[in-house]
Amino acid sequence: MFKSIMAWVDERLPITEVIKSQAIEYPTPKNLNYWWNFGSLALMVLIIQLVSGIFLAMHYKPDAKLAFDAVEHIMRDVNWGWLLRYMHATGATFFFIAVYIHILRGMYYGSHRSPREILWWIGVIIFFLLMATAFMGYVLPWGQMSFWGAAVITNLMSAIPVIGEDLVVWVWGGFSVGDPTLNRFFALHFLLPFVVIGAVGVHVWALHAVHSNNPEGIDLEHKDTIPFHPYYTIKDLYGMGVFLILFCVFVFFAPNFFLEPDNYIQADPMKTPAHIVPEWYFLPFYAILRSIDFLGQMSKLVGVIAMGAAIAILFVLPFLDRSPVRSFRYRPISSKLFWIFVVDCFVLGWVGYNPADAVVLGSLPIVYVGRAATAVYFSYFFLLWFITVFKIERPLPVPKSL
Amino acid sequence: MSMVDQHEENRRDFLIMATSAVGAVGVAGAAWPFIRSWSPSADVLAQATTEVDLSSIQAGQMVTVPWQGKPVFILHRTTQQIEAARKDDGDASMRDPEKDAERAKKAEWLVLLASCTHLGCVPQPIGTGEYGGFLCPCHGTHYDTSGRVRKGPAPKNLAVPHHEFKNDKTLVIGKALA
Ligand code: HEM
Ligand code: FES
Repeated sequence: MFKSIMAWVDERLPITEVIKSQAIEYPTPKNLNYWWNFGSLALMVLIIQLVSGIFLAMHYKPDAKLAFDAVEHIMRDVNWGWLLRYMHATGATFFFIAVYIHILRGMYYGSHRSPREILWWIGVIIFFLLMATAFMGYVLPWGQMSFWGAAVITNLMSAIPVIGEDLVVWVWGGFSVGDPTLNRFFALHFLLPFVVIGAVGVHVWALHAVHSNNPEGIDLEHKDTIPFHPYYTIKDLYGMGVFLILFCVFVFFAPNFFLEPDNYIQADPMKTPAHIVPEWYFLPFYAILRSIDFLGQMSKLVGVIAMGAAIAILFVLPFLDRSPVRSFRYRPISSKLFWIFVVDCFVLGWVGYNPADAVVLGSLPIVYVGRAATAVYFSYFFLLWFITVFKIERPLPVPKSL
Repeated sequence: MSMVDQHEENRRDFLIMATSAVGAVGVAGAAWPFIRSWSPSADVLAQATTEVDLSSIQAGQMVTVPWQGKPVFILHRTTQQIEAARKDDGDASMRDPEKDAERAKKAEWLVLLASCTHLGCVPQPIGTGEYGGFLCPCHGTHYDTSGRVRKGPAPKNLAVPHHEFKNDKTLVIGKALA
């Protein structure tokens, strides 16, 4: 019965053929390690966000007078509403954990190198969309952090010469962050995840055209691959199990761990909280923004440019790295630079979390730490280019096959 | 048709380009209403002015009033505060040099848009910053008793919104739009 129905469908739409070639027999490197799990994990969190988000939207009201109470209504009155909200808020955090590891994996094993540049670029675009989505989602509960986070970030645009001031008013739909801003952010927050779904489709399409990279970073022969099913379906499922356990620990036992107490105070346009912090996943970029404070009138503009460049530089990464070897396993200098870079991102995050005028280690203004860490951040990309273009790094011998 | 002559090819190129150009202009034109729909709407623009009764504000006292959704500081300055501001008028280290008299139409009334020129936070009330002025809590900008930036990341002085004294007791902030 099922067979004859499928035969009927396949004649008109070759579903079986696509599933077989793209998900079952699809040849996958036999040596992928656990760092390769984070793509499927990101997809899983995306689905969690879509489902919990759509159900939240059924109870939420995008109105400056009603939004804060609507979220409290979801928390207190709606059946399981607290679970929907905590899943969604924790989901945003886990999304970024998955995506950051996914990106760093690519950087370490050279997954952005030829022929995977387009695959990588689509990934960077997804990362941009994700940041925009999370930023606008955080505005929706309309607490103090929502409001002032939105005010500070939208004000960044005013640094753009000539059109900046008008652009900000246009984005706000008023002379400050307000009801029109909330309303349009809600519409965009609803829309963008579906754009992300589309981009993920193209991402996977590009992946299946060029196939997965692998920890050795070499081009594989057919004998070095295994079928996706059952080997990687089971491994991905195992990863999801572990990831979901961690996710549940936070949803059920520490749901407010990543949320700010100030965001349980309703937005007040007349009063700024003493210390504005963005969500943790924006902290390194926020630190870069703030560490450019020594250029007088130009500080603001240059800070914004530096922050944008910190992300945009990922676009040119495939062309910065000129080594004949992809994987950092065989690149003694690059791999050390990589770990310095990772530590540096944490340092930047810590700087971003602290007040701008904090003093650390006795008498060191934290802004100096921020400037040094910003320099290290950009140096990583410069040095990667430098040591490979001038062949300063001698890669270790790379195996021909697995 | 096995051969396309030169004339045919030029003609086709022209038609493709002309069609694309008309299409591009059409799309741009159609996009305009959508883009403009984001600009402040008529009811938002209608909230252009705010009237404030000054009679109850004592010397040294500061009130915050909302104007266009943003806070405005109205400070009834003491003579010391006025003097402190005027004394620094010629300070060469000033980032955005302006004379106090250009900022305060009546020396005892200082009207400031309480939106930090760095990234828009609301500075804390008078007396919180160095120079006896306002401290922005977000990234530590210090403004003096004239609302001029003296220290920190902000590029410009706190803006003085358009304001007029209707009479001795009433201040009107903003400009009525026609
Ligand atoms: C890319 C995926 C998404 C991310 C990263 C994301 C992120 C966020 C964040 C950080 C918040 C604030 C949570 C809080 O502090 O309470 C939020 C709230 C919200 N999101 Fe999303 N979201 C995503 C997808 C969606 C989708 C697809 C919808 C609906 C179609 C949606 C609807 C909502 C609603 C209604 C709220 C307000 C309720 C609340 O604050 O809990 N989200 N989102
Ligand atoms: S917003 Fe005031 S110092 Fe940054």
